[in-house]
Amino acid sequence: MTLFASIMIDGIAYAMILFMIAVGLSIALGLMHVVNMAHGAFAMLGGFTAVLLMQRAGWRYEFAVPVAVLLTALASVPVERYLISRVYRRPELDQALLTIGVAFVAIALVNLWLGASFVSIAPPPWLSGPVDLGFRSFPRHRLAVILLGFVVSAALWIFIERSRFGVRLRAAVDNAGIAQTVGINTARLYSAAFAIGAGLAALGGIAGAELLPMEANYPVKYLVLFLAVVAVGGQGTLFGTFLAAILLGVIDTAAKYLLPDIASISFYLTMLVVLALRPQGLFGRKEAA
Amino acid sequence: MADLTAVQPPLARTRWLGPELAVVVAGVTAALLFPDDLGFITRINILAIFTLSLALVIGQAGIATLGQAAMFGAGSYSAALWAIHITPEPLSGVLIGALVGASVAAASGVLMLRTRGLTLLMLSVAVAQVLLETANKAGSVTGGDDGLADIPVSPILGVFAFDFRGQVGFGYTLAALVLVYFCLRRVVASPFGLTCRGIRADQVRMRAVGAPVFRHLLSVYTLGGAVAGIAGALSAQTTQVVGLNSLGFELSAEGLVMLTIGGVGHLAGALLGVPAFMIIRHVAASINPYHWLLVIGLLLIVTILFLPQGLYGLPEKGRAMVRRRPK
Repeated sequence: MTLFASIMIDGIAYAMILFMIAVGLSIALGLMHVVNMAHGAFAMLGGFTAVLLMQRAGWRYEFAVPVAVLLTALASVPVERYLISRVYRRPELDQALLTIGVAFVAIALVNLWLGASFVSIAPPPWLSGPVDLGFRSFPRHRLAVILLGFVVSAALWIFIERSRFGVRLRAAVDNAGIAQTVGINTARLYSAAFAIGAGLAALGGIAGAELLPMEANYPVKYLVLFLAVVAVGGQGTLFGTFLAAILLGVIDTAAKYLLPDIASISFYLTMLVVLALRPQGLFGRKEAA
Repeated sequence: MADLTAVQPPLARTRWLGPELAVVVAGVTAALLFPDDLGFITRINILAIFTLSLALVIGQAGIATLGQAAMFGAGSYSAALWAIHITPEPLSGVLIGALVGASVAAASGVLMLRTRGLTLLMLSVAVAQVLLETANKAGSVTGGDDGLADIPVSPILGVFAFDFRGQVGFGYTLAALVLVYFCLRRVVASPFGLTCRGIRADQVRMRAVGAPVFRHLLSVYTLGGAVAGIAGALSAQTTQVVGLNSLGFELSAEGLVMLTIGGVGHLAGALLGVPAFMIIRHVAASINPYHWLLVIGLLLIVTILFLPQGLYGLPEKGRAMVRRRPK
């Protein structure tokens, strides 16, 4: 029972981080049909900005984190506008290569500026230390991550289902051409969606720095992880991405607890099995033709 | 949308052996100019074969893969095990590498090739990673993390023994490269190659005109696997070590980058991209490994945005600019 609870709590915390980072990727794929290999760079950018604000500028965690998220979202706008939007209509291989080039540049710049070592993002006292749940005590930070993940997912879901922006977004996912014809400014929509995705990646990166440590190599090191969540969930579905994050996060954590020898294989095998059975992902729509 | 630029080389043009000759001349010239860097040049030869397999699979058939190292590594390990346990004779080892590479490609292709886009990309990554982890865990066979070292190699054809300076290794890999290039050029120029390019341009239409799309994709992927397996076997024999990095994601990605820089749509792109990439890396990495990443990142961005045909398309692009100017 204790073991089961440990797996679930660690696994779901991990899943929430994967979800927050990968959801922007999923939106970009569903909306702009772009494979963004540089997405992890935004998580890294958020993490490093938060660290710099806290360590060099001496800001409190509570201020540094939202500002870092906001700055990352802003920084993503020119990247989308001047680089990534140029390959929206190109084959996915070109998109993958361009964005991996962007990721390489980001890694190299962070490295030149800050060096190759890990940095830690220390949470404030009210977020650290253990919390006793009766049968076992858990790190408070991990429980906070789970809570944050659920709040973000719910907020995002309501936002996309209920807001005007969400309506336009869903219209453009369904049919970009017709959305444009009825007067939706898709270019601006893409920028906004991309920025939201980048901001969420930054939030996920900061919250998850305990599990996926911040370092210059971050964007490439965990790239496959984020892409796997999107592929398994089905591109462009919020719900699918959420469930895929839970599935992969819990299976990976369970394997690390129960079968440490084959833990790394189990992640890829899960992905292989799901994609072999459902190429469009768990909740993806079948591709036309 | 469909890019038909690569739908050309007529069969007649392949009777001309100029491109193969150019490879020989370039290789021998490099070896004569830099006799102390034969190991480096041998590595270029091997990676050129590997990248040719990508040029076939990606450039011709449009199979977007990030897992080609699976076949390279499988070829590498199988050739090494063949040499250790059965016979150190190198040519049979290459044959084994090709067979195993082809089998891995055929088996994984059945799973992968009915999908497209991100799913295909992720499946290719997953296949390579599962192989990598399997090789890592099967330490009693593969040496696990340490890999296999001191792989025995007997003289080629019983005559040419591998020497310390690497002259035989260089000649051996160059011969293999030219042979592979010769064969692949004919494949590309054949009706089979044309159908593959058709599938790349528009799968739906090819299906509509009755082309067996899946069978073609599986055949070309298997052939690509054999070529990658050959490259892996050659790598095992010339360096006499095989490690887990031969199955790694990095190798797959590097191959793709080299091909992109050279030009995806043409086999020659692989032959241009590999030396360009290797030389730039050699120079840049000796200064600072992270400068190298900056260089390669910028190179990728510039290539994709401004030179979609890679180095191969450079002369054409230059000519187009000259032609435009007088107007």
